[in-house]
Amino acid sequence: MKIVVFVNHVPDTETKVKVGADGKSIDPAGVNFMLNPYDEFAVEEGLKAKQKFGGEVVVVSLGGEANKETLRKALAMGCDKAVLLKDLSVRDSFGIAAALAEYAKEYGAELLLAGKQSIDYDNSQVGGLVAEMLGIPSITVVVKLDITDGNVVAEREIEGGHEIVHSKLPVLITAQKGLNEPRYPSLKGIMEAKRKPIEEKPAAPAESHVETTGMTKPSAKSAGKIVGTDAAAAVELVRLLHEEAKVI
Amino acid sequence: MNIVAFAEQRNGQFKKTAFEVVKAARTAADQLKAEVIALVIGNNVQSMAGQLGGYGASKVLVVDDPRVALYSTTAFAKIIADIVRQESAEIVFLPASAMGKDVAPRIAVKLKAGLASDCTAVSVENGTITARRPVFAGKGIVHVSVKTGTKIFSLRPNVFTAGESNGSSAPVEKRSVDLLEGDFACAVKETKVAGGKKDVSEADIIVSGGRGLKAPENFKMIEELAESLGAAVGASRAVVDAGWRPHDEQVGQTGKTVSPSLYIAVGISGAVQHLAGMSSSKYIVAINKDKDAPIFTVADYGIVGDAFEVVPAVTAELKKLQGK
Repeated sequence: MKIVVFVNHVPDTETKVKVGADGKSIDPAGVNFMLNPYDEFAVEEGLKAKQKFGGEVVVVSLGGEANKETLRKALAMGCDKAVLLKDLSVRDSFGIAAALAEYAKEYGAELLLAGKQSIDYDNSQVGGLVAEMLGIPSITVVVKLDITDGNVVAEREIEGGHEIVHSKLPVLITAQKGLNEPRYPSLKGIMEAKRKPIEEKPAAPAESHVETTGMTKPSAKSAGKIVGTDAAAAVELVRLLHEEAKVI
Repeated sequence: MNIVAFAEQRNGQFKKTAFEVVKAARTAADQLKAEVIALVIGNNVQSMAGQLGGYGASKVLVVDDPRVALYSTTAFAKIIADIVRQESAEIVFLPASAMGKDVAPRIAVKLKAGLASDCTAVSVENGTITARRPVFAGKGIVHVSVKTGTKIFSLRPNVFTAGESNGSSAPVEKRSVDLLEGDFACAVKETKVAGGKKDVSEADIIVSGGRGLKAPENFKMIEELAESLGAAVGASRAVVDAGWRPHDEQVGQTGKTVSPSLYIAVGISGAVQHLAGMSSSKYIVAINKDKDAPIFTVADYGIVGDAFEVVPAVTAELKKLQGK
């Protein structure tokens, strides 16, 4: 099976966001980047599919040299090959999806995987955009996936429950936490990843549909009052919630 | 000018977000001198459709078909895109719900439209519509404008206010869309809903627990407090990763970003990624025995004390208030 996993290189969850000099994106100074957590579930699912069906897992990322660190991590987990679609410009979701879709089409991917969203700009768009551009089905926010004889049965998370979705290959799946337990790269995997190829290609050009005109910080919440230090404070807390905040 | 507002329903009931989306479309439409055309998709949904008039729909279009009784990404995308074309709408509003987030990108490609997703504010200035949306789970907010002829906005549930219906009813028109077998390339066959479980993304009150609860069985007191408030149960990443709680309860940067009117954090220290996901809540209560825990920096009311004593006392006090 030809399996493609799209991964993004994002600031880690401990990052304190500072607005950069352009006034519309994050200041990357002092920020640690990592493989987008949801993409890690996608990589694991790709590796599981390869174990079941054979074939090849190609991990693809759009960006610059820095993304190689994330691609190496995916290679260390067991992906066969990495592709860096080089582009340093700031793209919107449409622009990112256009480049990824172009690669998937050229490669002839049968199973396409990505995280349900990137934890940086939180658009939750790229998976669905790529699938529609390729004219293939998509199932998003998946917590369980079963592929048998080209038939796909997936469980996706919805508010307060799950939907069982049926589809067929080729399909695009976006991964939600809970889909699997991503493996840790083994020492052998890390050593091998250093020798595995990272193919570099220029990203297909694309127009931008959404313009970011600025970025601000949310108004900071300030510490309120300490109501008490033991169970006796419960009375006052409930009174404040009822009479002052009026939320209960 | 026309704005199409997709009003999500499940099992013949509008989701709260359906009213929020229609009302937000009305607010924008008033400034743009536009009409709000609400769209309802499902089976036997015609009789419920007219009530959207009470939230500002000028008319309601209904695609009533047994084949779309359950959700299908591909079929819904086709229907919504077709209706937008038929109505020559320039603006489309959808909820950023599980369904809306799934279908919106596919519509965007079909209509060659830009999509601003998960918006928490939409405004019109000098005839131009712009939006704000949280990024980095709420650590930042970006201001965006959509440059394409057709513009799509998905709105975060529980943020826009629907208010009360004004009681009026909108005219309902039945529409049919040509659906072929291939339009159901991915389709829901079954929906499993945990009986009565409230989802943190939709809840008005959330009671969350963290490591400070020491063991999974101690979430019982969180559940009891939540029950007395009609609240959803939330969890920190630490306890989800430890397998104490299901991941759909996780609040924070790798879980759900929430903005309820009341968020009660019990035994949660307040890691950066957790604070990002909940600090836009209207009121925050923190119960933690560590007075230096970062959660207190965002809490409106704090109790520095032992959760095992404080939480049952709060539950008992609430029951007293409710006269139980």
